[in-house]
Amino acid sequence: MQARLLLEDGTLFTGQSFGAEGASVGEVVFNTGITGYQEVISDPSYCGQIVTMTFPLIGNYGITRDDFESVRPYIHGFVTRRYEEVPSNWRAQDSLGHLLKEYGIIGISEVDTRMLTRIIRRHGVMKGILTTGSERVEELQERMGVTPLPRNQVAWTSTKNVFSSPGTKERIVLIDYGAKSGILRELTQRGCDVIVVPYNTTADEIRRLHPDGVQLSNGPGDPKDVPESVETVRQLLGEYPIFGICLGHQLFALACGADTDKLKFGHRGGNHPVKELESGRCYITSQNHGYTVKEESVKGTDLVVTHINNNDKTIEGLKHAKYPAFSVQYHPEAAPGPFDSGYLFDQFLEMIREHKLKNPERPRQAQLSEMLRGELQYAQK
Amino acid sequence: MPKNNELKKILVIGSGPIVIGQAAEFDYAGTQACQALKEEGLEVVLINSNPATIMTDTNMADKVYIEPINLEFVSQIIRQERPDGLLPTLGGQTGLNMAVELARAGVLEAEGVKLLGTQLTAIEKAEDRDLFRDLMRELEQPVPESVIVTTVQESVDFASEIGYPVIVRPAYTLGGTGGGICGSEDELREIVANGLRYSPIGQCLIEKSIAGMKEVEYEVMRDANDNCIVVCNMENFDPVGVHTGDSIVVAPSQTLSDREYQMLRSASLKIIRALNIEGGCNVQFALDPQSYQYYVIEVNPRVSRSSALASKATGYPIAKMAAKIAVGYTLDEIVNPVTGQTYACFEPTLDYIVSKIPRWPFDKFTDANRKLGTQMKATGEVMAIGRTFEESIHKAVRSLEIGVHRLFLKGADELDEETLTTRLAKADDERLFLIAEAFRRGWDLQKIQDTTSIDWWFLDKIERIVRFEDVIRREPGLTPETLYQAKRMGFTDRAIAELRREGQGASAALTVEADIRAHRLAQGLKPVYKMVDTCAAEFEATTPYYYSTYETENEVIPSDKQKVIVLGSGPIRIGQGIEFDYSTVHAVWALRNAGYEAVIINNNPETVSTDFNTSDRLYFEPLFFEDVMNVIEQEQPLGVIVQFGGQTAINLAGPLSKAGVRILGTSLDSIDEAEDRKRFEALLRGLEIAQPKGSTVTSVDEAVGTAQELGYPVLVRPSYVLGGRAMEIVYSDEELLAYMKVAVKINPEHPVLIDRYMLGKEIEVDAICDGDTVLIPGIMEHVERAGVHSGDSIAVYPPQSLSDDIKQQAVDITIRIAKALKTVGLVNIQFVVWQEKVYVIEVNPRSSRTVPFLSKVTNIPMANLATRAILGEKLADLNYQEGLWPEDEHVSVKVPVFSFAKLRRVDPTLTPEMKSTGEVMGRDRHFAKALFKGLIGSGMKIPQSGSIIATVADKDKEEAIAILRGFYNLGYKLIATGGTADALEAAGMRVKRCNKLSEGSPNIVDLIRTGQAQFVVNTLTKGKTPERDGFRIRREAVENGVVCLTSLDTVSALLHMLQALRFSSEPMPVY
Repeated sequence: MQARLLLEDGTLFTGQSFGAEGASVGEVVFNTGITGYQEVISDPSYCGQIVTMTFPLIGNYGITRDDFESVRPYIHGFVTRRYEEVPSNWRAQDSLGHLLKEYGIIGISEVDTRMLTRIIRRHGVMKGILTTGSERVEELQERMGVTPLPRNQVAWTSTKNVFSSPGTKERIVLIDYGAKSGILRELTQRGCDVIVVPYNTTADEIRRLHPDGVQLSNGPGDPKDVPESVETVRQLLGEYPIFGICLGHQLFALACGADTDKLKFGHRGGNHPVKELESGRCYITSQNHGYTVKEESVKGTDLVVTHINNNDKTIEGLKHAKYPAFSVQYHPEAAPGPFDSGYLFDQFLEMIREHKLKNPERPRQAQLSEMLRGELQYAQK
Repeated sequence: MPKNNELKKILVIGSGPIVIGQAAEFDYAGTQACQALKEEGLEVVLINSNPATIMTDTNMADKVYIEPINLEFVSQIIRQERPDGLLPTLGGQTGLNMAVELARAGVLEAEGVKLLGTQLTAIEKAEDRDLFRDLMRELEQPVPESVIVTTVQESVDFASEIGYPVIVRPAYTLGGTGGGICGSEDELREIVANGLRYSPIGQCLIEKSIAGMKEVEYEVMRDANDNCIVVCNMENFDPVGVHTGDSIVVAPSQTLSDREYQMLRSASLKIIRALNIEGGCNVQFALDPQSYQYYVIEVNPRVSRSSALASKATGYPIAKMAAKIAVGYTLDEIVNPVTGQTYACFEPTLDYIVSKIPRWPFDKFTDANRKLGTQMKATGEVMAIGRTFEESIHKAVRSLEIGVHRLFLKGADELDEETLTTRLAKADDERLFLIAEAFRRGWDLQKIQDTTSIDWWFLDKIERIVRFEDVIRREPGLTPETLYQAKRMGFTDRAIAELRREGQGASAALTVEADIRAHRLAQGLKPVYKMVDTCAAEFEATTPYYYSTYETENEVIPSDKQKVIVLGSGPIRIGQGIEFDYSTVHAVWALRNAGYEAVIINNNPETVSTDFNTSDRLYFEPLFFEDVMNVIEQEQPLGVIVQFGGQTAINLAGPLSKAGVRILGTSLDSIDEAEDRKRFEALLRGLEIAQPKGSTVTSVDEAVGTAQELGYPVLVRPSYVLGGRAMEIVYSDEELLAYMKVAVKINPEHPVLIDRYMLGKEIEVDAICDGDTVLIPGIMEHVERAGVHSGDSIAVYPPQSLSDDIKQQAVDITIRIAKALKTVGLVNIQFVVWQEKVYVIEVNPRSSRTVPFLSKVTNIPMANLATRAILGEKLADLNYQEGLWPEDEHVSVKVPVFSFAKLRRVDPTLTPEMKSTGEVMGRDRHFAKALFKGLIGSGMKIPQSGSIIATVADKDKEEAIAILRGFYNLGYKLIATGGTADALEAAGMRVKRCNKLSEGSPNIVDLIRTGQAQFVVNTLTKGKTPERDGFRIRREAVENGVVCLTSLDTVSALLHMLQALRFSSEPMPVY
């Protein structure tokens, strides 16, 4: 079956359908990872986007449930040069085509994806409409025009309920803006007692969970679309050690008074060099973001730039000058991409331990007595 | 970290001659390194014995030493030059071994030379099997169960414990020399005994066989600041068991999920960090196709063949970056030369798929064992880029130039099922085609996978290709959709025509290549060109490096400048080596200097010509008519230069010219006049130039008649030859008949040439002509007389034994032929001198194998001048006069280098068929010293005393005795069998007799095997069947590293050299 992709600038690509039937609108972005299409498709940060893989052969190793980064994919379409329908890998349970059909996602193959990538590189990310139908181009254009790009993706992708992944060590509250499973995986691997909460959980609700640290997850869209989340972070700042990843990094920056901006075509792939300014070391990182913290906006805040992208020099990491809090724009949890930055989770836990040392808890009994004193006095009346 | 300022002068070691396992990739690496170092303002001193390289051009380094790469010579250069640092990691195993030797001998320490890139301990940890395993254990990296042995018995004990099959890997050898897979104790005993001999430290690793697993490679880089990146990963089509150099390889890996990819990536980084390498490193893994279990197979702590492939596959210049890192830079501060705006510290990402197929020499060595195993046999490789596997592999196949342009091999359909099964199970060079054949026969994929262990994914693609062939066959008319799909899968117009002919009959429409082409162009179906940019278009790049595909957007920006296309020479093979790439590169440089845009088409990833910095635009494409025409249509050049790309490019001249393309330089008609036997004879007759008598025959009877008329011995060969293929000297009717039966298919379409064989001195001339003036840079005299292929002969410049009259004759003839052929560019002429008269044997209207050597020793930039002549400049205006250039005072000797040890069953005898894979040069003030350097450089061990085993054919006895007497007088002991011993004794020499093979042990072969002889002199008796004694003696010598000489001329030259170099001890004269 034929499928078509129409871009906002009028470029029309005709190819083969290999997913669900229908039509969908989304922001067209490209990812340069050679491997990792399963992780990309299931990364909630791509919510509402039509994702193009620059590597031409996709589907080679099929679909393995274990490699998913969330419960379900949220992408609005998937574009490849060639869809490899016969997977070969010992772990493969299904084919990519089946997966897309199951979740109602349109897939288009036989597209000159390099041309598409070059258009996006030159003109920036843009809206596109993907269809398997036979609508006229004008109809598609009209439909694209009237369909706004979503602004509430975080609400879609965040968990609706609080749930916990018990562990025996530090208790981490993970605020889920559309978190990749990898973050939870990294924390639980380190023995953390993780409680995952929805994006709109208030600071008070979090305090009630008595966390040792707060992890801000990745997530889709513009950080400015979730002001309530910024507010929560602002309130928690200084109280608990905080580690932000991707959208979480941007929310942390906004909470500290910096500003964010949209990149022309973002960073999406597993080969981005990030320089740690203190050591001068460069790390190859996994990235997926369309927004960035504005460099000039950091001035005058309590934020310190710790990492930059070695290519375009954009901010990749921040820390708070006074409080135990830091963040990175990239994905230390990898999946897809290199594991090189996994040490950041250790750094976070180390920060929590240090914070505890610096702020020793008073003996529980004394604390309790003080807290309950008022109540007791009231009772004596 | 900026450059280390303590380094001012750096010594770079090259890789020496081209041998199997170490080819042109190190010229590419070395050239990049030298350029990178010079860019930094460092003084570069280079040593390499191989003159056929770009890196040994005097402008590549501040000082270039073309000297033998051994402890003695390199130490001397170090003492002379006093470099601050030594960079050995770009010179292959040769460079690395040399560094180890220098360090162990204390030379580096004594002279205060810092080892750059990789430290001695790292080299040892990676190369010494025991230390390597310890390190892997420490890093918790799995390695297959194994044991290090120094005796055969230990290996047998181990194997009986863990079971067969086991793999034998000798320590410190090139391309797996001497290794193999053993399924039985007998095999094990033989291979280990061999391996222990080949290993310079007498050590072998016996390893549990992991054959059948996926083989995956990672190219990794690291700098002093511990920044690490993976440049590229590659997956072998052939599972573990076939040497990676002999495997079909794709980049990037195709069947690994991100988890598996990252698991192996992390392991690679762990290893390079542990080895503390500052530069490039290659890690090979075996990955179980059914679990996460993997094993580290091998680590190369240096730039390797795979690095060259990875560089070309990604656009990331590994060698250049490795050189910068070695002098102190870190990856994050080196600009990525591809994008010009990002940095070298990133991981290239591909948006295409690369296929590499090795090029094997079995077309030349028909006797060789074609089975592929742990010992590499390929001489070269081709690479192709496509957007699908089907497209990529199709392009690679037609780049091979083995007469195949799709997955169909003539004769494969005639194989019986049993043979097919065996050949699928035990890989040989044709397996790819046999898999397609199995699909055509209706085998199902599962069965093929069970037989070959090749991953399902690859097999599925081959099946799709085969199925699509059927679609093309069956369709009565060729629909645009089918044509489009076919082109996207990489089918050529020729293939489509062929398939339609098969399916629709020859009378149907669209069954001829030209018609398909016209039909396709009428539909506007043309390829587009995409850029190789390291970043999948994420960043703007300006690399002029393109490949074709059938898609929408074309990225080549047309330019208004005048353009010239230079055709490269394709994969390295016997007879067409790196020498042609040398000329190609010089032609490109000359074009650029002259203000033209130079465009190159080539498909060999190992070469300098396919470095994207070399030309204005590089098209990495097959040198196949259709692909070349497509580039021509894209570029609209002034014309195409074919004379530097060897026979590959010359063969394209006809079809291109017919298609209306202008051939620059010597005209197609002149090329044809030189190559067509009849026209050539007529030309020489007209010029009254002599050539050996001969004629063209079309039947066996005619052949016998002609031979008798000419008188034996005669030289026979098929009419169209490359590098002397299937050429033989026969001495009798009997031998002639045998040749006719085995070597050629004779019929009127395939005539055979028979020439009188003149047993004279052979000389060779390369000349440059602008149409008016003929410049002859030099005459080369061959040590071996006619009958030994010129590429296998030792060549001497200037000639040492030619009279002025002979030289003058050669010069006159050269001038007359060059002018008569209206040569514009280069021409190569080979002569035989017989009874003081010069006869022409062959004229090659193109750049030859000797151009780099002669350019270097005469200091005339031959390919450059030829290119300028082609562009219309006149030699006279460039201050060159007609005739022979004044001879140099130094003597230079070009010595061929063979790879016989790698190719079982190949006869090391020198014949009219070329067998050498590379060359070295020796240069000195005296011939003897120059020859000595050349021979040493070629790897020959020349002891000052010892024993010579001689078995000489009757026809050679008289001559041989005189020469052997010389050795005898120098104090060498003579060992001989029956007849030769009798003759030597009769001539008054003491001889140690030994048994012939048929006379029982200990016999001649035992003596060789036990190291009791230093030289073997053996001349060919009739017949070439391997069973013969002579063959076994020669093979035994080669396999035991004993000098084996099969031409008395070589023996004689060696004798004169020894006599000249030796202080003579004579008793006082008695008066």
